[in-house]
Amino acid sequence: MYRYDEFDQTLINERAIQFRRQIARRLAGDIDEDQFKPLRLMNGLYLQLHAYMLRINVPYGCLSANQLRRLAHIARRYDKGFGHFTTRQNIQFNWISLTDAADIMVELAEVQMNTIQSSGNCVRNITADHYAGRARDEIEDPRVWCELLRQYSVLHPEFSYLPRKFKLALTGSPHDRAAVAVHDIGLRLHHDIRGRPGFEVIVGGGQGRTPVIGNTIRQWIEPRHVISYVEAILRIYNLYGRRDNIFKARIKILVNAIGADKFRKLVDTEWEQIRDTDLQVSTAEFERINAHFLPPDYENLTDQDDELATIRTQEPAFDAWMCSNVAGHKVPGYAIVNISLKAPGRIPGDISANKMEHVAELADQFSFGELRVNHRQNLTFVDVRQVDLHCLWKQLVALELATANIGLASDIITCPGLDYCSLANARSIPIAQDLGLHFTNSGKLQQVGNLTINISGCVNACGHHHVGNIGILGVNKRGKEYFQLTLGGSADEHASLGIRLGRGLPRAEVPGAIERIVDTYLATRLDSETFLSTYERIGIEPFRKAVYDPVNPSRRVA
Amino acid sequence: MAKILIANRLSDGLVVFYAADGSWVESITDGQLSYDDATADHLLAAGLADERDNQIIDPCLIEVTENDGKLIPVDLREVIRAHGPTIAIDRTI
Repeated sequence: MYRYDEFDQTLINERAIQFRRQIARRLAGDIDEDQFKPLRLMNGLYLQLHAYMLRINVPYGCLSANQLRRLAHIARRYDKGFGHFTTRQNIQFNWISLTDAADIMVELAEVQMNTIQSSGNCVRNITADHYAGRARDEIEDPRVWCELLRQYSVLHPEFSYLPRKFKLALTGSPHDRAAVAVHDIGLRLHHDIRGRPGFEVIVGGGQGRTPVIGNTIRQWIEPRHVISYVEAILRIYNLYGRRDNIFKARIKILVNAIGADKFRKLVDTEWEQIRDTDLQVSTAEFERINAHFLPPDYENLTDQDDELATIRTQEPAFDAWMCSNVAGHKVPGYAIVNISLKAPGRIPGDISANKMEHVAELADQFSFGELRVNHRQNLTFVDVRQVDLHCLWKQLVALELATANIGLASDIITCPGLDYCSLANARSIPIAQDLGLHFTNSGKLQQVGNLTINISGCVNACGHHHVGNIGILGVNKRGKEYFQLTLGGSADEHASLGIRLGRGLPRAEVPGAIERIVDTYLATRLDSETFLSTYERIGIEPFRKAVYDPVNPSRRVA
Repeated sequence: MAKILIANRLSDGLVVFYAADGSWVESITDGQLSYDDATADHLLAAGLADERDNQIIDPCLIEVTENDGKLIPVDLREVIRAHGPTIAIDRTI
């Protein structure tokens, strides 16, 4: 993974000194809250319902074991002993004192981490496929480009005050695990017909109150031009994006207002002016960054299918975990292991300081001292020897971190909701807990198979409800929490937005409604059809009837 | 309906309530209640003064009900601010 050079380190160290002075001026009353708020937000410090919340960048999800240990230390010393991994591959602490914030920045800088631009109207943490560099289906590793774009966009003077926040996501695989189509810019590495690697550029995707699947404005662009092309997009957005209405300030609104074709022409005209400048990534610069992403020192191993098959036959729990949590690796004899942070009844994405330290030890022992945070709020070891899988699993079982549900119905994305967030209208975590327990107790998890359930506590959609196969949106109606269901969303390479099923339901009715949706799927699916395929084949109406009129399934429900 | 003045303390961000002695306290039980507009106006004025004095942020009056000596805000959002997340935080997770 990338290691800071002297320039990165100096910048981060100086940022902590600067923030300490800003905090001192605020506490002394030299600046008021209106003046201070943009400064603290640019350093990831929000004021939430209970206290200040600090959001720490995990660049494109890559984390070292030592960094995780430092996060555990921060959780224990400065917060309540746990952290929360988010859908943007970051981690948040919920009870941070303003008087500690600069000390925490110093502690983070010591392990090459920071909070810069984890909030504010600027380019946020760049996210990526958590299998990057390891996936069997990958065409090119996107992490070099993530890092180049990170260095380019951090504290970029022209783009520090964009109309609104700006999110980039990258993938190098045909199967999109990074939800690139619902980002302000999504970059997908692929090969053109001559076999040359390049980026498809998708612009104007997003969720929130106006969900949009992004438009591809360029099918293929040489990787060396990707920074200049991103700059051209940012410049057009910075010039023409709305600043008069916060709800219409994202780039998706601009692209929609002028049309993707006109937007592309504006970008291309701008790009022609800058494409051959210093923004072009030289071979030397690529190699300088790429040196940080060279493969680890793999052993010459062979796949262990037969050996593992014997253990899997003997231990069904291990077999279930292998089925759902372990993915193929491009190097023979190795595997990718997902650690679920979604044990039934637990809070999705939360992990205690103690467990962070245990996971760090396991990363050192089994995965070259590195791990990934993924956007579904789980952790991933990307370099596990297959001969170690059973041993690792047993240790994860002992830590209660071996829940075998990755991609299944209880692997639920959940925003913090009204239990923490000042923007939320309803609580989302309790719904996830209810559903996680419900599915586990029903014994249907394996039978249902892959199914994404995503929950947001308000229209800002941090829980990605629009792109869940089943989406749940919390709303407030006359002071009471209700939950609207959407069906048919997807965040992969066939990205789609869910359609609203009907009126909102009180919390107590949500598990039953989800159960009836799932039962309708099970009763009508053909062979190994996924939920999404069945939904696309039979439409929304059978599901609507199952939820709103289960005793009269033939009656049409509005 | 009774009202109480709620804010976040500047230094640590914690939720605090305005008390009868003019201090800010972390327990809603120790906050000063107002039962009439004049007292509410007085509380809010004191809160705004303390905000200008950089002690607290965003003072606002919220409605509360009294039940067996326990003060419960009317709005769920303020219940959660006053009493913490409604979910059990298991530090062994």
